[in-house]
Amino acid sequence: MDIDLRQILKRSAGEIGKSSVVALWFMFLTFPIMVMKVNPLDKTILWRWMNMAYVGIGTFSLSFIWRFLMERKEMGATKDEAETWQKRAGKYIRSDKRIYVPCMIVLIIFALYFPFLFSSYQTSIMITALMYVMLGLGLNIVVGLAGLLDLGYVAFYAVGAYFYALTNHHFGLGFWGALPLAGCMAATFGILLGFPVLRLRGDYLAIVTLGFGEIIRLILENWNEFSYGPSGIAGISRPSTFGIQLTLQQHTIYLYYIMIVLVLFTILVVSRLRNSRIGRAWIALREDEVACQAMGIDKTTTKLTAFALGATWAGFVGCILAAKTTFINPASFTFMESAMILSIVVLGGMGSIVGVVVGAFFLILLPEYLRAFSQYRMLAFGASMVLIMVFRPQGIISGIRQRYEFHKEPAEEESL
Amino acid sequence: MDYFLELFFGGLTRGSIYALIALGYTLVYGIIELINFAHGEIYMIGAFTALIVASALSLMGMSGWSLLLLCGIVAVIYSAAYGFTLEKIAYKPLRKAQRLSPLISAIGMSIFLQNYVLLAQTSDFLSFPALIKEFPFMDNITIMRTSELVILITTAVSTTLLTLFIKFTRMGKAMRAVAQDKTMAMLLGVNVNRVISVTFIIGSALAAVGGVLISSHIGQINFYIGFIAGIKAFTAAVLGGIGSIPGAVLGGMVLGWTESFATGYVSSDYEDVFAFGLLVFILIFRPAGILGRTSSEKV
Amino acid sequence: MTASMPVLDIRELTMDFGGLRALDNISIQVNRGEIVALIGPNGAGKTTFFNCITGMYEPTKGDMIINPPGKKMQRINRLKPNVVTEHGLARTFQNIRLFQKMTVLENVMVARHCRTRSGIAGAIFRNESTRREEREMVEFSYQMLETVGLGRYVNELAQELPYGAQRRLEIARAMATEPFLLLLDEPAAGMNPKETSELDQLITKIRDVKGVAILLIEHDMKLVMSISERIYVLDYGQMIAQGTPREISDNPDVIKAYLGEAFDA
Repeated sequence: MDIDLRQILKRSAGEIGKSSVVALWFMFLTFPIMVMKVNPLDKTILWRWMNMAYVGIGTFSLSFIWRFLMERKEMGATKDEAETWQKRAGKYIRSDKRIYVPCMIVLIIFALYFPFLFSSYQTSIMITALMYVMLGLGLNIVVGLAGLLDLGYVAFYAVGAYFYALTNHHFGLGFWGALPLAGCMAATFGILLGFPVLRLRGDYLAIVTLGFGEIIRLILENWNEFSYGPSGIAGISRPSTFGIQLTLQQHTIYLYYIMIVLVLFTILVVSRLRNSRIGRAWIALREDEVACQAMGIDKTTTKLTAFALGATWAGFVGCILAAKTTFINPASFTFMESAMILSIVVLGGMGSIVGVVVGAFFLILLPEYLRAFSQYRMLAFGASMVLIMVFRPQGIISGIRQRYEFHKEPAEEESL
Repeated sequence: MDYFLELFFGGLTRGSIYALIALGYTLVYGIIELINFAHGEIYMIGAFTALIVASALSLMGMSGWSLLLLCGIVAVIYSAAYGFTLEKIAYKPLRKAQRLSPLISAIGMSIFLQNYVLLAQTSDFLSFPALIKEFPFMDNITIMRTSELVILITTAVSTTLLTLFIKFTRMGKAMRAVAQDKTMAMLLGVNVNRVISVTFIIGSALAAVGGVLISSHIGQINFYIGFIAGIKAFTAAVLGGIGSIPGAVLGGMVLGWTESFATGYVSSDYEDVFAFGLLVFILIFRPAGILGRTSSEKV
Repeated sequence: MTASMPVLDIRELTMDFGGLRALDNISIQVNRGEIVALIGPNGAGKTTFFNCITGMYEPTKGDMIINPPGKKMQRINRLKPNVVTEHGLARTFQNIRLFQKMTVLENVMVARHCRTRSGIAGAIFRNESTRREEREMVEFSYQMLETVGLGRYVNELAQELPYGAQRRLEIARAMATEPFLLLLDEPAAGMNPKETSELDQLITKIRDVKGVAILLIEHDMKLVMSISERIYVLDYGQMIAQGTPREISDNPDVIKAYLGEAFDA
């Protein structure tokens, strides 16, 4: 078969033409904001022509990639392909004991020795990453399993943090006492906030929860007598060490190990919940609310348990935040936080535990190690949320549900 | 009494701005049942574009009404372009996806646009030139400023034009058709893609008008104003009944007055809480809004 | 056949949607272990009827009463859908509403929810009673799948199933709630003759083995005539005929409703 050179040239010219149009459009679009910068003091304008070149070249190249990925998406290739290589990789790693066991051992040793291999600062970052893993897993229950888009998750985080801060400040309650209570407090708020939104559909539910989150933050900011307003609460006790005196660095290491234990606990609990009667009820609720009810599941109770259980973890982490930084103020609990936690769940793959863990590490650690690009972090968050939804709504790690049940026939493994 | 009237007109002004932005939300929701979370950012970009153009032009010596008009037009064009592009990138590919996907995409886009402006411009508050010159006859009136009057008039005119457009033009009819039944409209030969694009363009243009006006009125802008204005305008749209044009205006007014009187007589710190509280209240007790109709799902 | 109360006793059910009367004084009875069909042209109100008795819509007027075998009479007006299912009414849907992203086995296990009890604590601590209940759920669900002939699909995702299998899964799922009355909404829709006759056997088997009464909405006349003991005919929300299959097929009103005035019987 002859290769028709003219056809190829024609198609290439067409593609280049399309991308050029796109590039020109974006250069026009971003002209005022990217190129022109107003200097209010001298009343001059700074003209940044280089930016226009960057935009032009960037969008020119990106548009090729975009169209390519779009075509693949339309043909449904992405879904099948990814599913196959992941399923195979996952199965391979898990089933072949010779690979699985050493991997786990290395991981465990690394985790245990981490604080001694790296500086205190690095350990602190890792603690933050672990905190976001817990937050992500908690939100995963609400959004990933039950399908309730909660944009105000940060409210429960704040409840946990302020609970500990205030009880510590007024009553001297220690970390260990406050931790479970913070969880309960957050769970209560979860039910309180869940009640009014029971009847709401997806988008409206999202906006109302957003509203709740903002209301709580604004109240914390303005009700000075209660929450000490924007200046926050300082001098919160660190987790007690039962009489042993520790230095700051040792406290960090102590907290790191506490976090490891808590994260493992969280993973255990969430995975058990997921493979249980209540977990299946949540997923049924997410998949089809009408059919779910028809099968005898009380959607009110199911939704409220999802909210309550999800909120509990945020409460725990809030308490930890207060203990870690010994200072909290309302500025830590903005909508942006909720959005970040949401993007961890979305990026990782709704409902997938491994996905959330990977997502949290990715979103927290990457900006730390790519310091040069840290100011672009939020930009990347936003863009990645859009891109994931368009090209890979099932998230990075999780393919479509990889679950097997114990069963009479040739035994299948139960997997995460 | 004077104080009351001041608050009244202040509320009317706020309400007008909310109405202008809310119209964008309501139009888009009516057509594709999506809350365009990034709509607030379109408003913000309109304001920024106007600021930049105004600064450039005033350096060249322009001023007065011609400056305002020119800035406004440029801002509208740019916002419309952003809205159009936004739809093509973040929403069009997700038309067939589950409900959560476009909403998450919208949130992502909102964050992206905020930070885009933040990085390309500045995080500081930029002062916006007072483009609206005071009318001489307004000098004796204390309850309302010239800029407030201009805002009211502009909103009234825009809403009227929009209503006429929807009612009497071919495109308007096509928009109504698509809002009612997208598939059927397509089968009848309506170019649904174009209708959706036009909807976004109109909505964005209105938001830009709002952005220019309120920035001239208040005098300063920053990259974050889109978020708050967006949520409040969404509140207004839902309050009045999402998908309804008179509803958006009504909702805007109600919200504007609530905020104005609440901050005037109760407390100004909790301004945003009143707005969010109203939003939560309405969504829980009457999600259809004042003028809306409740719809039921077919099993 | 004991002269007992009908397990389903609907009296003068009326459903208005604003100005539209979708159901007009409909009375339907189903006796224990009976197979009854509800037929009528599209838009007659059949699915609306199902939605009313399962608690999805609140009827404008009328009494909906059930007499579960061995239990007290119960009026089911104003009960939430999940409570109705708990009482023993299960349904399938006209447009298949399976839990797409769950496996076939899990779809059936979900239906066991209202017959099982373990809660959050049980899920987290996995005590003996929870684990036993879980095993029983798996076992029961698997048996149910075998009964409908889907045993080999256990670990497939519901969305991967061929159409006919999906319809049967809906039935298995509904049966897993251990109902005394099964409401089937167009179970044969889109099936070829072979699948339909298999469905015929399945429905009969369910009734014979489990003693479940069946009320089905169906357009496939061959299936209806073959399987039903009694038929109700709806048109524009009104009951235009009821009786045995023989009586119905000879009824001129029924013929007119389906084929229109112009047709001379």
